[in-house]
Amino acid sequence: MYLTREEERVLNGEQGSAKAKMLRILVKMGEVLGAERLIPVSSAQISGVSYRTIGDAGLHFLRSLKDASVVVPATLNPIAFDEEHIGEMEVDDVMYEKQMAIVNAYVDMGVKPTMTCTPYYFDNVPRFGEHIAWAESSAVIYANSIIGARTNREGSVSALASAITGKTPEYGLHIEERRKATHIIEVDFEMRSEHFPLLGLYIGREINGIPYLRVRGDEDDFKLMGAAMAASGSIAMYHVEGFTPEYRGALHDEVERITVEEKELADLAGTVDNVELVAIGCPHVSGAELRKIAEFVKGRKKRSDVELWIFAARSTIERHASEVKIIEEFGGVVMKDTCVVVSNAGRLYKRIATNSGKAALYLRKSRFGGAEVMVRELYTLLRSVIA
Amino acid sequence: MMRGRAIFSGTAEGEVVKCARPVVILGDIDPRAGTVEGCGSIAGKIFVFPRGAGSTVGSYTLYALRYYGTAPAAIIVEEAEPIVVAGAIISEIPTVDGIDISVLKTGMRVRVKNNEVEII
Repeated sequence: MYLTREEERVLNGEQGSAKAKMLRILVKMGEVLGAERLIPVSSAQISGVSYRTIGDAGLHFLRSLKDASVVVPATLNPIAFDEEHIGEMEVDDVMYEKQMAIVNAYVDMGVKPTMTCTPYYFDNVPRFGEHIAWAESSAVIYANSIIGARTNREGSVSALASAITGKTPEYGLHIEERRKATHIIEVDFEMRSEHFPLLGLYIGREINGIPYLRVRGDEDDFKLMGAAMAASGSIAMYHVEGFTPEYRGALHDEVERITVEEKELADLAGTVDNVELVAIGCPHVSGAELRKIAEFVKGRKKRSDVELWIFAARSTIERHASEVKIIEEFGGVVMKDTCVVVSNAGRLYKRIATNSGKAALYLRKSRFGGAEVMVRELYTLLRSVIA
Repeated sequence: MMRGRAIFSGTAEGEVVKCARPVVILGDIDPRAGTVEGCGSIAGKIFVFPRGAGSTVGSYTLYALRYYGTAPAAIIVEEAEPIVVAGAIISEIPTVDGIDISVLKTGMRVRVKNNEVEII
């Protein structure tokens, strides 16, 4: 791989051993993945934040980097709880302290403690064509597909390495020609909101590539579809005809065709009786979603036998205080910094309804609590919690 | 003598513990015990497997092996992918890829030196 003189100097430790180690990771990854050089990135989104997943060893590693600091705007994925709701989430003292220590280790390096999987709304907004190094698969697929920024699916460590060095190896989705469609998805029924997360789960399971779709929906529909697609497989980008910014010229003759039938999606939705928790916001809700929820529940009362938890970025919550107030008056809880997957929710509740295919996929796994989960669209969920 | 590509350079000698299938780093490895599900103990051994799989947080699992003192003496893989590359470098485990692992069997003694693997 070609390295600039500046990069050679960093590798030789002229800017500290931590930065040298981080650059070495990117160079080796580049060699392994066939990159010819490193390119600059304009931002990073960092995963590997929950104490539950990285543990004491992860904390130890982050502290070992204390001499390093980020050179591009870098934002952080959700953590294990919302500080204001540690009671409902049954967070013990050890979890609390270790989780805060992890956040502080990132903050010491200059990472913004945004604690959201939707940095693209307010905290870290990439522009079309920008090269970025993002972890968090749902944010990666949103940035590539809906915004047209360019990132591979970075890992916890590689995204941090890019934040500290400002570089990423040039391969995969950083290269124009690698962003073309590999599959065309034929949907032989009328798509409604409820289908998007399920279609995402299905496509992620069936293909590994870049799907091209001809369906109509809005940004929130596609956000849910993309998050599910990225979670059930390893997809990092899709095109939607007439909607996403790079669909023109994305199709060529050799793409494979996949036909999806409605009944295949119905199997993925599941059915759960006596739901205990309705969870919305995986990925974190947009301002538009918060507004829809607030408008629907305004002046109504929540049933006492089911909880309504909504997860959002603190930056979204701050901008939508009146909607949050309406939802709280209704009896719902709007949580920041965490989500239904990385919090304790899947261990505390065993019968969950959500509009997120990604959340359903994870929460059904025993490692996340093994809950029964059903996927329904937003308004079906909201109707089910009205007294 | 086989030659591959050094992912993290170093020298080690020891007994091979081989997993024939890709290893889901976060999930299959118990870093406190230093064991790999279905493959046994890797602490101080030469850990041989085709490639890493699963969540990228797995890089921190390799670091946890170092943290808990249960790291293998070296790692030999057919193909390093980003989880193993990042994990090997942050945990400073000598690691070589591009090796035909079909000739390596659990219990053999091998020496790893940077990009070279020698059965002894």
